[in-house]
Amino acid sequence: MADRKTLQAVMISGHTNPSPGFAMQRDLEVCKLVDTTTCIGCKACEVACVEWNDLPFTPTTFDNTYQTMPETGYHFWNLIKFNEHQNPDGTIQWLMRKDQCMHCADPGCLHACPADGAIVKYANGIVDFNQENCIGCGFCVSGCPFNIPRFNPSTKRVYKCTLCSDRVGEGLEPACIKACPTGCLKFGTKDDMKFIAEERAKQLRDNFGWQNAGVYDPQSVGGTHVIYVLHDATDPERYGNLPKDPQIPWSYTWWKWLFKPVLGTFALFGLLGVLAHHVTHGPRVPQPEPPKKDDNIGGAY
Amino acid sequence: MEFSRRNFLKGTVLGGTAFSALGFDLAPVYAQTSSLKISRASETRSTCPYCAVSCGVIIYTIGDKAKNAIPQVLHVEGDPDHPINRGTLCPKGSSLEQDILNDRRLLKPQVRRPGATDWEDISWDQAYEEIAQKVKKTRDDTFIEQDANGKTVNRCEGMAFTGGCTDTNEFNYLAVKSMRSLGVCYLENQARV
Repeated sequence: MADRKTLQAVMISGHTNPSPGFAMQRDLEVCKLVDTTTCIGCKACEVACVEWNDLPFTPTTFDNTYQTMPETGYHFWNLIKFNEHQNPDGTIQWLMRKDQCMHCADPGCLHACPADGAIVKYANGIVDFNQENCIGCGFCVSGCPFNIPRFNPSTKRVYKCTLCSDRVGEGLEPACIKACPTGCLKFGTKDDMKFIAEERAKQLRDNFGWQNAGVYDPQSVGGTHVIYVLHDATDPERYGNLPKDPQIPWSYTWWKWLFKPVLGTFALFGLLGVLAHHVTHGPRVPQPEPPKKDDNIGGAY
Repeated sequence: MEFSRRNFLKGTVLGGTAFSALGFDLAPVYAQTSSLKISRASETRSTCPYCAVSCGVIIYTIGDKAKNAIPQVLHVEGDPDHPINRGTLCPKGSSLEQDILNDRRLLKPQVRRPGATDWEDISWDQAYEEIAQKVKKTRDDTFIEQDANGKTVNRCEGMAFTGGCTDTNEFNYLAVKSMRSLGVCYLENQARV
């Protein structure tokens, strides 16, 4: 049976909160750990992603860096960003960061999405797009603080990294994690990844002279299910516009938490009014039919 | 106003429907993820042919090797049980599926003549013929039987041989044997297995 591959959804786009089944089942929160200090920019994760997800090949764009293309695409969900950062003392840092969906605990795309079931968050923390429910409005693109969802103009749907929900749902690790030859990518429970990340950051601070080394797990979106170890956690912007304090636009959170329940209540009162009218005035009386015109001579009768 | 049992039931059903429509249903929701494409595929263990590290890979093919199922490669990824790579692969190894499936693979011999700008398709027979003639001529011209000290060396310094990354073990064995027999010293076949 194909429906073995299911994950419990705890947040659903276009759906009144709380989602049915919320907190009905325990599940481990999964997490990807990206240690930017040991990434060598080999792009094995990029290729593994394209191969596993059978994404179409397209010509890439050269922009005078080692980056495969300037931004992620609807057919390219995982991109190593190469950044040359000049320190105040004139030295250059060559920084590589794996850019993909961050799988926020409080996802901006999901808040922005008006289509029921197009974006779901599973109990294990993965935020997934269901393209069959997507209406192609593109609100998720502007609702995402990390600039991740990508619109495909030919299918009129939006695509992004799924954190290999098909693999994770079956107990496997994501394709990018499996490929990584330096072990800079790790996958496991959120608790374990946080622990390993903090240990590594401490090691960088104590033994390698990176005084500001730290873990990137922004609490402004409730934490993410992709976390980074950075040389300098005080300035994530240098890693290719990683926002220091990612924010979901308020217009995308309010409409769902305030306006939608209010309007839903009005709709409920409307239904009650209809019911009351039916009870007090009785059912609709059939109206006498207008006299038929005799113009169907030669018809079926 | 008449409040009959019938109207009460109608109201209950209508109200319940309204509540359900507004999202008060209590059944847990399970979203369908796309099915795992390799869940019932055949697994074949192999070795990555690209470099001398020789990472272990698993090749997933359609079907369960039943007589009437024609296997086709579905996916290739690292072998977690292999002691060299333990499941990891480099970008080139990760693209191994394309070594089999890509329609831009080179399927016939090509030659670029001296001074030419483009590659030219030739037949296998013609390729063998031309290679044999050039090998014979080069070996005749550059073969050294004795070095400056009169020591017998029997080597051919005018030729070099480079193996390809996708050559098999057996091919590499034959390449070494035949090149050594010609006296070729500059020999590399990339095999480290």
